[in-house]
Amino acid sequence: MEKHTLSVLVENSPGVLTRVAGLFARRGFNIDSLAVGRTDRADVSRMTIVVEGDKPLIEQVTKQLHKLIDVIKISNITEDEYVDRELVMIKVTAEPGQRVEILHIAGIFRARAVDLGSKTMTFECTGTGGKINAFEESLRPYGIKELVRTGKIAMLRGSKFVALSPAQARDAESA
Amino acid sequence: MEITVAEALVECLERENVEIIFGYPGGAVLPLYDALYHSTRIKHVLVRHEQGAVHAADGYARVTGRVGVCIGTSGPGATNLVTGIANAYMDSVPMVIFTGQVPTIQIGTDAFQEVDITGITLPITKHNYLLKDPAKLSMVIKNAFHIAATGRPGPVLIDIPKDVAQARISFKYPSTVKLRGYKPTYKGHPSKITEIAKLFGKAKRPVIYAGGGVIASNGSEELLKLAEAISAPVTNTFMGLAGFPGDHPLFLGMLGLHGTRYANLAITECDLLIGIGARFDDRVVMNINSFAPHATVIHIDIDPAEIGKVITTNVPLVGDVKLILKELLPLIEKVDRSEWLERIKSLKEQYPLSYNRDSSLKPQFIVEQLWNHTKGEAIIVTDVGQHQMWVAQYYHFKKPRTLVSSGGLGCMGFGLPAAVGAALGAPGRKVILVTGDGSIQMTIQELATMMEQCLSVKIILFNNSALGMVRQLQEYYCEGRHMATNFQFHPDFEMIARAYGIPAYTFRTEEDVVKGLPEVLDSPGPAFVNCIVPPGENVLPMVPAGRGINESVAC
Ligand SMILES: Cc1ncc(C[n+]2csc(CCOP(=O)(O)OP(=O)(O)O)c2C)c(N)n1
Repeated sequence: MEKHTLSVLVENSPGVLTRVAGLFARRGFNIDSLAVGRTDRADVSRMTIVVEGDKPLIEQVTKQLHKLIDVIKISNITEDEYVDRELVMIKVTAEPGQRVEILHIAGIFRARAVDLGSKTMTFECTGTGGKINAFEESLRPYGIKELVRTGKIAMLRGSKFVALSPAQARDAESA
Repeated sequence: MEITVAEALVECLERENVEIIFGYPGGAVLPLYDALYHSTRIKHVLVRHEQGAVHAADGYARVTGRVGVCIGTSGPGATNLVTGIANAYMDSVPMVIFTGQVPTIQIGTDAFQEVDITGITLPITKHNYLLKDPAKLSMVIKNAFHIAATGRPGPVLIDIPKDVAQARISFKYPSTVKLRGYKPTYKGHPSKITEIAKLFGKAKRPVIYAGGGVIASNGSEELLKLAEAISAPVTNTFMGLAGFPGDHPLFLGMLGLHGTRYANLAITECDLLIGIGARFDDRVVMNINSFAPHATVIHIDIDPAEIGKVITTNVPLVGDVKLILKELLPLIEKVDRSEWLERIKSLKEQYPLSYNRDSSLKPQFIVEQLWNHTKGEAIIVTDVGQHQMWVAQYYHFKKPRTLVSSGGLGCMGFGLPAAVGAALGAPGRKVILVTGDGSIQMTIQELATMMEQCLSVKIILFNNSALGMVRQLQEYYCEGRHMATNFQFHPDFEMIARAYGIPAYTFRTEEDVVKGLPEVLDSPGPAFVNCIVPPGENVLPMVPAGRGINESVAC
């Protein structure tokens, strides 16, 4: 089954995440990942949702999402050219003798060391899901103490963009 | 001038031309009730249980086509509304529900009579609001009425904390709504409309399958014109009944689980299926592989999410049924379909609806007599069960909005309160409630509301001493083991009715009905008729579970 990436603009209103998540749960759609945050406008948030399913299912997901009053715009960008990133922070066991080796691995993935403990090192790494998986696997032998990972965020390449239409930008619903 | 939010709310309702509210008071809605006290334009109907309020608002909305409004207090008041909200949601009934909430500062503390009603009703409302900012009241109400009534209608809930209701605001009612995430499509795509018109020309065996969307869009007249113009037989879903004249030669009756065999066979044989304002519900489609296997499928609906949800559609068309049919009509070329219509006629003759008459009083007979005496002019409200299906099969609805019944949720207890709402929404019209001894006992307390409001509802109780529909299921699927479906105690319904001051009768024979029914129906005032019917009667035809629509069994 294919994975689809939806870029969804929603009202930045309380409960909007519950509405979206609840919809997925009760209709039996599986969320692969979901990332949400404010856009350049305080009244609008963007959700980047990755869903697994065939064409008809994704069509149902999109149509059902559209029925939510707080959902303003949905773009399925899967078939377009886009840049996507995830962020991971990994705390790994690092005895003093292993640090150079681990730093070397981090260098390969362009990960940055952000914290140091007496027996641990913490890295941050951004990239596509695949790269982050590879980074994680490379550190696994040393012993991963903790891992925090965001969902995927994505943006169209070139001059294309997913944004409000001028009319939508004007009609700020403040409810 | 500054007024309280509660006062502003009443003002908003007056601006929305709300004439009636069904409700039940409590601590958290004290300010709202106090504001209602001063309204001269809005009538408040006090029910006896909040479920009664929401079903009554529902019945009112179904007969009038307007937004039904109800109100309940926080906590138990709000949860008592839940079933009725789900019911309105499933049947796409326009409704605005107000609930009281504990003061803002107490929200989230498990305060006395606190429930998260916006959370609870998230999956069963078209939208809902928790009003935290007093200044937003009028905009929220404006939006709520707009959302409830437009597109595919549905219930919208507004939860108002007590302190918000008491806050003072300067009142202004917005003239327009601003909802950038909500823009229903009404006009059908022109190229699709011409494509559909062409398909009509090519089809040899078309069938129109029409649902509740026809009634919701007030498109019954256009549907009739379309059917006649393309000479296509019409079958209705349960929700679609009354959207096409029941005595019309092109009418096939209801389809599906308890549909007529000729409707189901017409679906099986058709080469073009025109779904209009219907959603291919599982009670209609039955086994998907044998549903309209030879047909090109056209699906016209205002809700894009219904298209392709259940079956693959060849020509989808999103928009308002009435508008689309209006645009379609001038494009239609007359085609000779005498062969297909002959086939339909012979199917009807071969597989008529029938039941075995004997010395007992058959429920089907009573429905036939109801039809004989009203000729489709009455508003028929039903509860849920066998009696409901017999009404669907044997009463020939003539005009839209004359059937009020719980379709999607199949909610026992809907009938009596919905009849109260229907009677208030259609003063001067005859309102007949057909109910079962199981269903009516779920909301029987609303007899008091009915009498308090001086409503002349005629209650026809099909008393089979059983939960007939489930009993029937046990007959077929549990080898006749009747677990918890035969009542061991039978109240004296005549005495109950009389206790409320309602003239009551018991009919035991066909003769009782033939003699007594006209008087009951034609006399002014309410009446309660306890009809003793046999417990073993089954609703037939019926498509056995897992089977195709073409495999119904009859008596
Ligand atoms: C609230 C609710 N509970 C349970 C059911 C399941 N159910 C469907 S029909 C039925 C029996 C209805 O009995 P009655 O009202 O006497 O009507 P009859 O079928 O006998 O005509 C039951 C229990 C339901 N539809 N609604």
